[in-house]
Amino acid sequence: MSKRIETTDLNVYYSDFRAVEDVTITIQPRAITAFIGPSGCGKSTFLRTLNRMHEVIPGARVEGEVLLDGENLYGAGVDPVRVRRQVGMVFQRPNPFPTMSIRENVLAGIKLNFSRMPKGEQDDLVERSLRSANLWEEVKNRLGLPGSGLSGGQQQRRCIARAIAMAPAVLLMDEPCSALDPISTLAIEDLMSELKEKYTIVIVTHNMQQAARVSDTTAFFNIAGTGSPGRLIESGPTDKIFSTPDVQATEDYISGRFG
Amino acid sequence: MTQKLTRPGTSRGAEPGPGTGAPDPKRRGDRVFRGFAMGAGILILVILALVAAFLLIQGSPALFADPAKLISQGYGEFLPWVLPYAFGTVWAAILALVLAVPVAVGIALFISHYSPRRLAQPLGYVIDLLAAVPSVVFGLWGSLVLAPAARPLYEWLSANLGFIPLFSGTVSGTGRTIFTAAIVLATMVLPIITSMCREVFLQAPRLHEEAALALGATRWEMVKMAVFPFARPGIIAAVMLGLGRALGETMAVTMVLSGTRNITFELLTSENPNTIAATVAQNFPEAFGLKTSQLIAAGLVLFLITLVVNMIARWIVSRRAEFSGAN
Repeated sequence: MSKRIETTDLNVYYSDFRAVEDVTITIQPRAITAFIGPSGCGKSTFLRTLNRMHEVIPGARVEGEVLLDGENLYGAGVDPVRVRRQVGMVFQRPNPFPTMSIRENVLAGIKLNFSRMPKGEQDDLVERSLRSANLWEEVKNRLGLPGSGLSGGQQQRRCIARAIAMAPAVLLMDEPCSALDPISTLAIEDLMSELKEKYTIVIVTHNMQQAARVSDTTAFFNIAGTGSPGRLIESGPTDKIFSTPDVQATEDYISGRFG
Repeated sequence: MTQKLTRPGTSRGAEPGPGTGAPDPKRRGDRVFRGFAMGAGILILVILALVAAFLLIQGSPALFADPAKLISQGYGEFLPWVLPYAFGTVWAAILALVLAVPVAVGIALFISHYSPRRLAQPLGYVIDLLAAVPSVVFGLWGSLVLAPAARPLYEWLSANLGFIPLFSGTVSGTGRTIFTAAIVLATMVLPIITSMCREVFLQAPRLHEEAALALGATRWEMVKMAVFPFARPGIIAAVMLGLGRALGETMAVTMVLSGTRNITFELLTSENPNTIAATVAQNFPEAFGLKTSQLIAAGLVLFLITLVVNMIARWIVSRRAEFSGAN
């Protein structure tokens, strides 16, 4: 289920502007990989190339390879819609569909794929997904309601439930806690540690403590200056990156000297 | 440093405490604007009330006259007289919307989500230009060009789909049928529905669109999941605006249709129901006395129909407010 991601010399463009340059990285399955770096360094942009969400922006394109267990996501004839069904994504701000009930939200992706799932199986899936997202106990009595009364943290866990209902191989999280309070953040972090048993998890975060707490591998991105492309400076085991990084810039960033 | 932080408006002399001295001169703008906005709000109510009062007062002779008197003067009782026209009005407007709404939503969606940006803008201009064409021109086009051109289509419909009651009956020789009028009306309401829908579609939250795409939705699925639910109240509002225009449109219908006073659902015959607005326009120049009252009372009925339509629209929009895109 869980899959390995490898990119080689990946370049990411917005029209003519090169936003990310020559990223070569391997992301291990059943582990959490954190992307850290200052604002504008291209880590979110790079993340969005891993499920081909980058290209929904007009003029955006990607050069290079992203291999998901050896299969190139950017190969000829690969349908981005299929890629996104395998690689789930959680966004910066919780974005449940407001017109759907809690239950419908969890099933939203499934309805696209296997439109004829029997009701019993749907019920099972809703419960399983919400339990995996640690949300079941809180919402089990109001599955048919729109859930606009849920807190931000609950909304975000609802979005995670929606993503894992698809049984993705990889779960991408783009600053999933940046709009949440510390308690909700903790709940999401605990959840991530549970989810890594089954999924490859990649998280972009501005919060270095968070990266240190939850991730197994950390990758540091940086830019030389405004207008120049973001680069992967170094990646390695989180313990090492946060104690004895190889590159001076990484140490400066970790220790709060810039960024 | 801290002195610089005081706002320029309050830096003159001693600051007045709450409730003391003259109010801050800056607040005057607030009060003036509030008064102006409130005045404008009241004005629209006053205008509406005056129009309603005019219709009621001037139309009442026909509404409350002794039926015997009306009949003796050859006008007929009011309600039986107006009913076919009310039917024609609503029928023509509904037909126009059935034709216009799918096309309008399609164009709006194409402009907002499908077309390349270079094409979207000129297309938007063309649509807005369509709204600027006077209704007389549409009327001329409908009666001189569209009606003869559509006649073969009507004959084909009648021959092949004549078993459907809508297309039954003898096909009109001129092509000037209620169906032609509906097509002209549809063309006229198209721009307003299109531009409103386009605005609403463009406002669909990017975040929800991306949520749908990230779940593996195709473009159309994304539109169904994230754009339509959000835009639903806006689409209904746009349709109602179009309906309002179709109900009240006078000139185009007058010129296309030689309507009679009957109730029929047949679209292609020469016996077509007339609309209230067209009837008033056709008869008003020669009307006097009770006839004038009768026509004004018909206007009152049109006014009420529009009112009811709008209330229904409000109700539809508010019914699922909890699920709306607003929260």
